[in-house]
Amino acid sequence: MIGLNFVYLVAGITFLAFAILSLAERRWANTGFYGLVATSFLGGDWLGDIGNGVLVLALVAIAASGRMKRRVPAGEPAARGAMVFVPALVIPVTALIGTFVFKQFPTVFDGKQATLVALAVGVLLALALCYAWLRPAHAEPFRAGRALMDDIGWAAVLPQMLASLGAVFALAGVGEVVGRLVGVAIPTGSVLGAVLAFGLGMALFTMVMGNAFAAFPVMAAAVGIPLLIQAYGADPAPVAAVGMLAGFCGTLMTPMAANFNLVPAALLELKDRNGVIRAQVPTALPLLVFNVLLLWWIVA
Amino acid sequence: MLVLAGIAIIALGFLLRFNPMLVIAASALVTGLAAGIDPLAILAAFGKAFNDTRYVTAIYIVLPVIGLLERNGLQARARSLVGGLKGLTTGRLLMAYLAFRQITAALGLTSVAGPAQTVGPLIAPMAEAAAGDAHDPEKVKAMAAATDNIGLFFGEDIFIAIGSILLMKGVLEGYGIFVEPLHMSVWAIPTAIAAFAIHGTRLWLLDRKARRA
Repeated sequence: MIGLNFVYLVAGITFLAFAILSLAERRWANTGFYGLVATSFLGGDWLGDIGNGVLVLALVAIAASGRMKRRVPAGEPAARGAMVFVPALVIPVTALIGTFVFKQFPTVFDGKQATLVALAVGVLLALALCYAWLRPAHAEPFRAGRALMDDIGWAAVLPQMLASLGAVFALAGVGEVVGRLVGVAIPTGSVLGAVLAFGLGMALFTMVMGNAFAAFPVMAAAVGIPLLIQAYGADPAPVAAVGMLAGFCGTLMTPMAANFNLVPAALLELKDRNGVIRAQVPTALPLLVFNVLLLWWIVA
Repeated sequence: MLVLAGIAIIALGFLLRFNPMLVIAASALVTGLAAGIDPLAILAAFGKAFNDTRYVTAIYIVLPVIGLLERNGLQARARSLVGGLKGLTTGRLLMAYLAFRQITAALGLTSVAGPAQTVGPLIAPMAEAAAGDAHDPEKVKAMAAATDNIGLFFGEDIFIAIGSILLMKGVLEGYGIFVEPLHMSVWAIPTAIAAFAIHGTRLWLLDRKARRA
């Protein structure tokens, strides 16, 4: 069945190309980092859990060494006609159509991963189109892609790291401990106190963890389920949904959410790496207030 | 109580500006040890979760195409396209993009757009071109990326099969509470509307500031 295995093959080859191109320029740290990411995509399922853990430690060592280099500035771009939009649009359009088409063939494609598979197909189509039309040197697309990747650097795997940290937190029972603490802090019988603790707790914990997915199990165990749902009898579905959205307000305000906040700043070559966060805070704060009020209305 | 040391390490490591990769690894180690987990078991748990979440990093497969097109003047083209449209302002362009992003995300199409796919190559240069000299280009680019995130976050939860909905369902089931994904996704709609209203107002104010400048 065609699913994530196909996407990971494409990603593994892409990162392998980045590694080889970095090696040719003796950018050792970049070579090692991209080579390890390629290894993870191509062979992660055969490495075993400890093997993957060691791979992560190696990624951390390279990132922490501070030796990964930013991109080498390229020359002025060539001027092409409006046709240059076509390959760029092939990717989202293929992703869009493929998502619906692939789901019609559940025996061939993994329906749960239809969009990612379609995205990978779109990338391959766009790449083929580029080679046929622009006739670049064979390695040119990967050289250009590597330049963008160099600007992103280790931040590329930060979301994966945070998700893994969440797994360790779950194993260690962090959620239960936070729950006991918060339970003590809220005055008994205070609906507003519990609503505030849940809504603001989701946002704050998301800011620390960089990910609302990591915050939700902790805050649900701590406040959402025992107080809002069980003690005050609120409808579980809206409590969970709006609590998660309060967490998303936190995601907009934290550099720990590297893929949303730091990576775009690098891709757009902003001078201020927190520039995207600064642009988001004036929307995130009023929206957080809205979510807390909505929660209060749901519970009360 | 000791297991909370990991959270303190994250906050402290960030304040002291240590490398976040190192901070996360240290936090995982300390949290695991505090809970009495064997170091090798911590390493295995971390490695397994890292391997299971590789799909998050797979998005970078778009970079070779986007990089090549940028070297062939994609951004300049996007700018000149917008320059030819009369009456298109930064605010109106980003408002339209916000609606597009929220609606496609609500249909589960979260990966059709994003910083690498659409913002960097198309939306940011278009927004810059529409701004002319009225705004600081840094601010306009940051606002384009912000609009993309806000559209994604407050659209995707309307889709019933998105990761966050499935996560919530799974967590609640762990406590014997059964909820329909559709019931949760419907409750994402009020916040989606509020997000459009709040961010849309900011974009409208951006245009008004430009007119006065």
